[in-house]
Amino acid sequence: MEIGLHHFLVVSLLVFLCGIFTVLTRRNAIGVLMGVELILNSANINYIAFSRYGGGGYDGQIFAMFVIMLAAAEAAIGLAIVLGIYRQFESIDVENIDTLRG
Amino acid sequence: MIYAALFYAIAGFTVISALGVALSTNVVYSAMALMGTLIGASGIYVFLAADFVAVVQLLVYVGGILVLTLFAIMLTHQIAEVQVSNRSVGRLPAFALVVLVGVAMGVAMFRAPWHVEPLGEATPTTYGIGDSFLNQYLLPFELASIVLLTALVGAIVLSRKELRG
Amino acid sequence: MSDPIEVGYLRWIILAPLIGATINGLFGTRIQKAAGKNAIAVIAVVPVLISFVLALVAFGQLLGLEPERRFLLDTLSQWIHIGHLNVDFAFWVDPLSAVMILVITGIGGLIHLYSVGYMHEEPSFWRYFAYLNLFMAAMLTLVLGDSLLVLFVGWEGVGLCSYALIGFWYKDLANATAGSKAFIVNRIGDFGFVVGMFALFWALDQTGQGTLVVREIAQRVHLLDGQTLWGIALPTFVTLMLFIGATGKSAQIPLYVWLPDAMAGPTPVSALIHAATMVTAGVYMIGRLSFLFTMAPVTLGVIATIGILTAFFAATIGVAQNDIKKVLAYSTVSQLGFMFVAMGVGAYSAGIFHLFTHAFFKACLFLGSGSVIHALHHEQDMRHMGGLRKYMPITFGTFFVSTLAIAGMPPFAGFFSKDEILWKAFTSPHGAGWIWALGTLTAGITAFYMFRQVFMVFFGDYRGAHAGHDTHHADAHGAHGGAHAVQQPHESPGLMTGPLIILALGAVLVGFLNVPGGLGGSHLFETWLAPVLEAGHEVAPAHEPHGAVAKLEHAAEETLQHAEHDPLEYLLMAVSVLVAMGGILLAWLMYVKKAIDPARFSEAWAGVPYRLVFEKYYVDEIYQAVFIRGTLGLSKALSAFDRVVIDGIVNGAATLTRLIAVADGAFDRIVVDGAVNLVGSVTMWIGARARQLQTGHIYSYLYAIVIGVVVIMFARLL
Repeated sequence: MEIGLHHFLVVSLLVFLCGIFTVLTRRNAIGVLMGVELILNSANINYIAFSRYGGGGYDGQIFAMFVIMLAAAEAAIGLAIVLGIYRQFESIDVENIDTLRG
Repeated sequence: MIYAALFYAIAGFTVISALGVALSTNVVYSAMALMGTLIGASGIYVFLAADFVAVVQLLVYVGGILVLTLFAIMLTHQIAEVQVSNRSVGRLPAFALVVLVGVAMGVAMFRAPWHVEPLGEATPTTYGIGDSFLNQYLLPFELASIVLLTALVGAIVLSRKELRG
Repeated sequence: MSDPIEVGYLRWIILAPLIGATINGLFGTRIQKAAGKNAIAVIAVVPVLISFVLALVAFGQLLGLEPERRFLLDTLSQWIHIGHLNVDFAFWVDPLSAVMILVITGIGGLIHLYSVGYMHEEPSFWRYFAYLNLFMAAMLTLVLGDSLLVLFVGWEGVGLCSYALIGFWYKDLANATAGSKAFIVNRIGDFGFVVGMFALFWALDQTGQGTLVVREIAQRVHLLDGQTLWGIALPTFVTLMLFIGATGKSAQIPLYVWLPDAMAGPTPVSALIHAATMVTAGVYMIGRLSFLFTMAPVTLGVIATIGILTAFFAATIGVAQNDIKKVLAYSTVSQLGFMFVAMGVGAYSAGIFHLFTHAFFKACLFLGSGSVIHALHHEQDMRHMGGLRKYMPITFGTFFVSTLAIAGMPPFAGFFSKDEILWKAFTSPHGAGWIWALGTLTAGITAFYMFRQVFMVFFGDYRGAHAGHDTHHADAHGAHGGAHAVQQPHESPGLMTGPLIILALGAVLVGFLNVPGGLGGSHLFETWLAPVLEAGHEVAPAHEPHGAVAKLEHAAEETLQHAEHDPLEYLLMAVSVLVAMGGILLAWLMYVKKAIDPARFSEAWAGVPYRLVFEKYYVDEIYQAVFIRGTLGLSKALSAFDRVVIDGIVNGAATLTRLIAVADGAFDRIVVDGAVNLVGSVTMWIGARARQLQTGHIYSYLYAIVIGVVVIMFARLL
């Protein structure tokens, strides 16, 4: 069939679902962050797809650019935090980092 | 014809890599799979005539973020010992939830009346994006640069060692 | 009645003794300490003399007027003017009250003089005279008051002074009790008087003519015709109530019980109050309201019956008494009974005349007994007396004369007055034969016990405690027996014997003021009183002319009738004299000749009749058991009721309140605090549960985020 908008949306959806799965199941903190990257990427695919198929204009692509920028910033901070956690707890197992509990 | 086949190849590559990220036992393997996903995504961008974004993706994401992630993985050692992606959290509820979300989004996706217009020419976008950044989206652009600055400073602060004992 | 003549001096008759009482009452102690008892005596006696002189002046003024105009009025001040009730402090003198004030001030003055001597050793000299003067003032108010209300003021006043004087030596509880008894029994009678007074005013006011002024009542008395109160004809009701008051004040059945006990007071008091003046107030009141009593034949019958029963009853008690004053007390009750008999048969002037003569001889008898008591240093038991005529001749002489008078022997005063009563009792339409018979018998008994007294006290041998009656008693007192040996009783000082003589003269002479026509007399007394009292024994129904002229005609008729000397009258006269002489003879035989042993009578029929009479028919005991115990019992029951029931209710309410408070507290503790605590526990429980959300595990947070997103998505979807 003709490659249409839906195809790209399906791809993005699948990546999104994988990202959610990763976030929910990974024990490694960095693994969780990787899942977050997946989610962001799926969103990016969506943006660009809509930008292309929704008429002219670069809005979608610019949004994607912003997302990439912010993802970078967020990854930096996140990994810095993970390093801090590692320094504190000698482990980055999410299961064990639970001192902020009620 | 080739267009479609090519698309399916790249799309399949991306999705499988994503699965790899989700299901892999070793965190380094997950990182590699992530790289694959990112490259695949970049390929999809090309398909969508977003040339500039695809390159930026490669540069920033793969070259920057992924490398950073690998650094973090290396720094938090005991790679071999850490039982990455230990499924003690429970795959099944996560899977159920994922299915649920998938169903919902799928239904929404296929039912929604997307406003689709015929495709235009695939023209280079660099000029257009640059122009937008400095005219229409100037403010967000500047704010984004501030955010990056803040992230930079924050990362430095956060990763500083406790010198004072 | 024609208009009164206004004078200004009548008030002083009352005010003079009142001022004397005030001075002696307020400043007595100081005066007595500073100037001695003589000063007190002067302050007390002089006002009475002033009153006597003024009374004579008033009497003289009346004499100078025509019979139908004999009417003096002195209005002192306004008193009550409310609605239809208009009562002023006003005093009037008419022939009836003129007689009364002369008796009161004259005999009262003599008794004042006597008291100076009798009470000479009394430390509370001033108090005695203050009360005595106060009594005079009250009695004069009673007699001179022109309205029933002012009369009642005096009525109560004499009751009060009687109480004060009977219980004069109050430190002895028996005296104080006697005073209280007199006052309380009086009060019972006064209740009847007050009810009668109220009913009278109310009845007259039914036609808008309400008044308590006596002369106005006399004019309006026909308005009472046909009115009834609770089914009783109004004149009968009012007069019965008033008579109840009279029984209290004048010691008739059933309220006479206070008079014998009243002998606990000083003897001059007994003479003045309980012989001559206060006890006669009831008789006077009936005389004053005679026009009202004539309208109620039923009441008159009641009065006569009670009068004669009292007379007989008291005489029988007097026979057995051994206390010299008690004998006289019962004889007073008996003679008062005679006066009421007179009033009851319609012979009003006869009753007043007997009041008049009785005042003289009874006062003389009491003062004489006082003289004896004083001489024997307060010995009052007649069994310890005797032969005193040797030592106290004057006392004996006056006493003997007075006893002849009271026994009804001619030509002494008592004969004329008592005989008049008996005659009227027999002949009057209101009278009855049995009243005459019982009256004559009573006269005989009176003669007997009075002469018994005379013989026991003045004849025979002296049986006094100091005498040689107990021979071994004197021997035992051998050595110092000589010192206080036989203290011979001696005659009393002149201050005491003087009044005795004057009174005895009165007892002899005043009888001649009312000699009945049958004996050639002029019925002066009755004529004098005729304008005031309903003429003699005639029934005067309301619609008969009340004109003074008609009254005079009636009086004239009376005189003429007597001038025809009804032979029955002579016969009855002779009978009463014979009966009296019989009594004297019996007494002489028993107590002088000792021919008949008194013990024969006292021990007859196992001594039961004697005991009965000696113990005054146990009336006091009956009263005590029935009325006093009954009242006390009732009050105890009510007090118990108050304590148990009412206090129980109050305490119960308190207990209930306390229980409610406890319950309330428990409720507060359990429920309210529980609720508050419950809120806290629930909050903590919720917090404990909610705390579990904060697992600290990142994945759970992530789950939450995802689930939240899913929910939102689905919500939008739906």
